[in-house]
Amino acid sequence: MSPLSRREFVAVGVAAGAGLVVGFYLPHQGGANKRVFSPNAYLRITPDNKITIVVARSEMGQGVRTALPMILAEELEADWKQIEIEQAGASTLYGDQTTGGSASVKTTWDPMRKAGAAAREMLISAAALTWGVPRSTCAAVEGNILHGASKRRLSYGELAAKAATLPVPTDVPLKQSKDYKIVGQRLARVDTPGKVKGEAVFGIDFRMPGMKFALLSRCPTIGGKLVKFDDVESKKISGVSYVGRIGDAAVAVVADSVWGAMEGRRLLNVSWDDGPNKDLNTAAVMESLKQAAAKKSVSLYTVGDVAKAAGRRVAAEYRLPFMAHAPMEPGNCTADYRGTTCELWAPTQVPQDCRDAVAQAVGLDPDQVKVNVTLMGGGFGRRLEHDYAVEAALVSKAIFSSKSSAPVKVIWTREDDMRFSTYRPASLHQLSAVLDGAGWPVAFTHRIIAPSISGQKGQPVPGGVDPDLPDEAAFGYALENVSIESVIAETAVPLGWMRSVYALQAGFASESFIDELAAAAGKDPLEYRLHMLAQDKDRDIQYFTTTWHTARMRAVLQLAADKAGWGKPLPAGRYRGIACFGCFSSYMAEVAEVSMENAVPRVHRVVAAVDCGQVVNPSIMEQQIQGGIVYALSNALRAKITIEKGRVVQGNFDDYAPLRMEETPVVEVYAVPSAEAPTGIGEPSVPPLAPAVCNAIYAATKKRIRELPILS
Amino acid sequence: MAEFTLHINGSEKEVSVPAETPLLWVLRDTLELTGTKFGCGAGFCGACTVHVEGVAIRSCSTPVSQVAGKSITTIEGLGANGWHVLQQAWIAEEAPQCGYCQTGQIMTAAALLTKTPNPSDEQITQAMNGNLCRCGTYERIRKAIHRAAGAGVTGGAR
Repeated sequence: MSPLSRREFVAVGVAAGAGLVVGFYLPHQGGANKRVFSPNAYLRITPDNKITIVVARSEMGQGVRTALPMILAEELEADWKQIEIEQAGASTLYGDQTTGGSASVKTTWDPMRKAGAAAREMLISAAALTWGVPRSTCAAVEGNILHGASKRRLSYGELAAKAATLPVPTDVPLKQSKDYKIVGQRLARVDTPGKVKGEAVFGIDFRMPGMKFALLSRCPTIGGKLVKFDDVESKKISGVSYVGRIGDAAVAVVADSVWGAMEGRRLLNVSWDDGPNKDLNTAAVMESLKQAAAKKSVSLYTVGDVAKAAGRRVAAEYRLPFMAHAPMEPGNCTADYRGTTCELWAPTQVPQDCRDAVAQAVGLDPDQVKVNVTLMGGGFGRRLEHDYAVEAALVSKAIFSSKSSAPVKVIWTREDDMRFSTYRPASLHQLSAVLDGAGWPVAFTHRIIAPSISGQKGQPVPGGVDPDLPDEAAFGYALENVSIESVIAETAVPLGWMRSVYALQAGFASESFIDELAAAAGKDPLEYRLHMLAQDKDRDIQYFTTTWHTARMRAVLQLAADKAGWGKPLPAGRYRGIACFGCFSSYMAEVAEVSMENAVPRVHRVVAAVDCGQVVNPSIMEQQIQGGIVYALSNALRAKITIEKGRVVQGNFDDYAPLRMEETPVVEVYAVPSAEAPTGIGEPSVPPLAPAVCNAIYAATKKRIRELPILS
Repeated sequence: MAEFTLHINGSEKEVSVPAETPLLWVLRDTLELTGTKFGCGAGFCGACTVHVEGVAIRSCSTPVSQVAGKSITTIEGLGANGWHVLQQAWIAEEAPQCGYCQTGQIMTAAALLTKTPNPSDEQITQAMNGNLCRCGTYERIRKAIHRAAGAGVTGGAR
């Protein structure tokens, strides 16, 4: 396992981006063919005028296979129609390839722009040399270099061989946003046609000759172990070729078909040692959070001194449950172990982590493990884990012999996915505030009591704070006295990073409580928030590099309110709620329109405003925000994983029921025009949704919801 | 093991599989038609939707023995003469994100349009409600169905 936390992965990615000034400009191996122009690892131009851009992040639906090449193509002055996309596997050429933290565009913005600009400048030089004219008289336009005076033109393909002989410049001019022709356009996603034709190859679809299929029977109790198994009945199933122990808590059933493996697993007779958690249940977990709350907290962020503020005190506690990502494509990975090598075809957000974890598990060096990245049927953070890859490699190794190689695809069922996931941490939130005579807050305290995801995985927890938490609990309001605090609780329940991670919990508690304060003060919730953002202030959040600007939050809040018609009359029975939150360096505000039908909320409309800097592709940005809101509404209404006798209770989409079309609100998305460097878009729409909805429910019912899910 | 003759996408296929094998796995593993997806294995999500005699069914919960001899259409055969109007509408509205559920969504929508060429919002919701999408693409799916209906569907699924 990599010792780096997810946040550090991202930080290293940034550093590696800067470091690319050295490694990045070394001729790529594609340069072995002298007629191929490959000034860096992201780009190849061949004499047949084919331009290939390499994507070193994983496509899980968020549009990176389109957005990242758009950035390079912009600087290259390419004709977008010429571009072909290639997916990078695990590599040493691209820095950190983790796809997470809403960071793909943010962290590749500079490397991709520089890669395109360097190539463009070299192609201009190649044309100028070919024609014997000054560089300054040549221009790059849509995949050609033009010489205006003589009306001559050479395509990038025609210039490839010449350009390949030139030195790669280290300092290249970048375009200004006003000159963008590709970035900012609603270009069609490159992956859509294959996805609607059924031709797109997701991890579960990948096939190779001789490939077997495997299902694993895993100990259902958290932390339990395998005692023994009897495979007599399993082996009666036609096509079942192998049954064997994998690790200390699982048995693999290998067959010629998925159905054969499923039937073989069903008939397997296994005895488990339930281990130390056989009496664990959800009530005990929530009780342990309460006990942990008595511990001393660590400060995430302190302004002034909350203890010294005088006035009227308001306090409340909020609670959130464990949740599961439940991507549509269940877990899977294909592995082909051959003694001294192991090749993987993995739907993964962490190809390099898969490589390293598999190498360790099967006893190879990392450079003996090759990881190919497939399309993913959703990720949402679940595929930041390498468990599928390690299982597949171990099964392939178990059935490998010197006589035959043994490619095998491990498939998880939906029940496997639900019961052996890594869950969003349950959490407890203690909030308190002091209001002055006019009802404005002069002090705000938020204690977040939750287990640490990184800590549970053995990754560093510097200063006793989960490394993800400070950014995801950022408090953007400019108050005189603020204290955001963390207490790490312990749990045996496996934890993972789920879309927006701790920002969902922090945002729900904080933005619901702000609404409580506005109600206590008898003030309008929008006016209350704008008052706290009225001063222009820059806030540097401890542990993190982001500076939060009250002006940018104010702008998205006002934009959402204006577009939603805040303060204007609504049809009878409809109520509005508002919330704003910043995370992954982006600013987000949402207004939810809700009615109550037999005490059940119905969300009709959500108006979302975002400031994520320069928008690379507005259609993809809107998809991410619409999708994040639907995902968040699923979470808010029903998502709850419970534990009984050490086992996860929920198993499929009946008892863990995501949002369907009938419950989906109309979502309107507005972006603040910006030429600032792009920031996160995959996750920031998630945190404001639950508080916006619950604040609307309060407006409708005067009942405050302090625990998710709403329909519990 | 039992022998079955399947009429899939206009051609005949002989398969030899246990009779209780769900159609989904025959399509995916035996015939390598992987456009039909496994999502839940229990009929809750609709990712495995195909047409049998023009009706949308859940292939994960349909034993192959029940569909032998019947006309089966999968996503691979939907637009047999090129692109189905729904697939074009899906592209025009840019409905898919991860795309995993979308083939099932399109198969359900195609069956809807065959029966109801110009569906209302309510009819769309009713027809599509059994198809889950975790990326939350429902509103673009709705728009795509309206677009396809507006373009006129001749015949829909076979």
